[in-house]
Amino acid sequence: MQLLVNIIVLSAIYALISCGYVLIYRVSRVLNLAHGELMMLGAYILLTVASLFTQNAAAALAAALALSLAVGLLVYLFLMRKMTGEMVLAAVLTTIALGILLRGLVVLIWSAQQQYPAQALGLDNPPIVLPGGARISTFAAILVVATGLVYAALFTFLRFGRWGVRMRAAGQNPLLAAQRGINLHVIYALAWGLSTLTGALAGMLIALDSGLTGTMVTIGLKAFPAALVGGLDSLAGALLGSLIVGTAEVLLVYVNPLLSDVVPFLVLIAMLIVRPWGLFGTREELDRV
Amino acid sequence: MSSPPRASGYFRTGYAQDFALVETRLRRTSLAVFALLLVCYPLIASPFGLDLASQVFLNAIGALALMLLTGYAGQISLGHAGLLAAGAYTTGIMFRELSAPFWLTLPASALAGALLGVVFGLPSLRLRGLYLAVSTLALHFVVAYLGAEYETRRGFSTGVTIDPPSLFGHELTDGRLWYLVLLAFAAATLLICVNLIRSRTGRAWNALRSRETVAEALGIPIASYKLIAFVITSAMTSVAGCLFAYYRGFVSIEAFSLFLTIQYFAMVIIGGMGSLLGALLGSVFVTLFPYLIEGALHALPGMERYASDLAAVNQAAFGVVMILFLLFEPLGLVGIWRRIQNYFLLWPFRYRPVGGGGR
Repeated sequence: MQLLVNIIVLSAIYALISCGYVLIYRVSRVLNLAHGELMMLGAYILLTVASLFTQNAAAALAAALALSLAVGLLVYLFLMRKMTGEMVLAAVLTTIALGILLRGLVVLIWSAQQQYPAQALGLDNPPIVLPGGARISTFAAILVVATGLVYAALFTFLRFGRWGVRMRAAGQNPLLAAQRGINLHVIYALAWGLSTLTGALAGMLIALDSGLTGTMVTIGLKAFPAALVGGLDSLAGALLGSLIVGTAEVLLVYVNPLLSDVVPFLVLIAMLIVRPWGLFGTREELDRV
Repeated sequence: MSSPPRASGYFRTGYAQDFALVETRLRRTSLAVFALLLVCYPLIASPFGLDLASQVFLNAIGALALMLLTGYAGQISLGHAGLLAAGAYTTGIMFRELSAPFWLTLPASALAGALLGVVFGLPSLRLRGLYLAVSTLALHFVVAYLGAEYETRRGFSTGVTIDPPSLFGHELTDGRLWYLVLLAFAAATLLICVNLIRSRTGRAWNALRSRETVAEALGIPIASYKLIAFVITSAMTSVAGCLFAYYRGFVSIEAFSLFLTIQYFAMVIIGGMGSLLGALLGSVFVTLFPYLIEGALHALPGMERYASDLAAVNQAAFGVVMILFLLFEPLGLVGIWRRIQNYFLLWPFRYRPVGGGGR
């Protein structure tokens, strides 16, 4: 029972992070390798905001989320916008460079020590006992619920929302979309903003649950195989991929604790050998990149 | 590859001249003077300067290898640190378990690298671009895991120590000797690379990078040339890893993080894609960069308080420099160098005449 809860929590973490990879990739064919760092930045923003709103946790979260959205938009506006139309490799390398820049900045501004935003907000994290005797911490439970909500919202947005439809159109064929009067820059900026927002939400909840250090980047990087296993351009795939990767990781860690960091990548390699475009990905993708 | 302008016209009259590596007398003399300076450098340099130069040579081997793969064959590999680790660990394990000498570990590392190159290269037969980058990234983590596993299994929790190697009965402990050995290895790598890219293999890679489908239609077996690119690169990188292990006298998996891969990519980008000179310039720049930052921190007023977080400052500054090069100077240092060269070549004119006269 506890095992099942662990699997669900880890999968939810991966799912919440990996939808950021999917959003950006689906819309602009750019693989954002700075996603882990952006997620960590979101958590640190929460830490700073927490000192302003010490008593009002909801307001602090909302403010931090708004700031993360702004960060995502700014990243596109000042950095990635110049990379549209360049080689894919150049764009990916730019995100890598952005990643190490953020990593350094975070340490410079907030120091490398472990921090606890939950304490700064005056929240405690009591475990909830589920029927069956399994335990889950409050924030982990919130994270699972939040993942469900985010995915439901994204599905509806992409399916029915005016801007969601535009985003899908831009992802399918940028040239035609632009011809139909869709402003690609706005769409791309929106994708970056949303992706950073969801990533930051994941970062904040993880930080509230278990504290915050620079090692959070690793979680972000490990969520990437989940996105790819499901298919880099499919949200449903990201959900399923996260479940697969999460399950594999939780089960294999019992075999050897050192394995924890490689399991997602082993799954990834297996997937790339069998079906490189992922479970739900579009096959033609491979030739387009 | 468009070679930089050398002589001011086309003066080749025989095949021998076509094969020549160095064309004009001015180039020959300047190269000779440069080589002489490099060889004489240990006589005047301080131990710190020697160490810096040795690091540059070590990095240059890896950067040249990565340049072959990415700049010439057009394959992306984010597993460079994994390959270095493979070389270093082959050396470390062989030394620890079999107490093998230098002349055995070096070829063994190269062999291990070549085998790993096949493994790294196999995905490239099916995958392109991003997916290839991702698969090599995954392999990097697998290699890192294997290294960590070995360390914990054998109880070397902090890393594997390696004694200095002996060459012709001499223990390699002196910094000057190391400098010369590494210089020789770097020069050999450069020579191999130069000759590879002007041979059939290099031309095949060039076609492969430009457009795979067309290359295949022209009768180039792209699968085998891709694998060759990976194997050669990996073998060279593993040799660099082996030398790194001996030079440091210590192997630990922490040294081979993803940041190392990023550093090598930075060398290739900052130096200039698709140019061996770029790989060399890039390795000089990236090796010296942390020391420049440290110096700048101490020299600038008000920056002293960041000196305790040197690693973080380094990472941040590194990111900024990489971004600046990617955005504003995609051709890297070589691009700047060529522009300066052109400026003087064309003086007093500012542009090349249409039709590319003089090239």
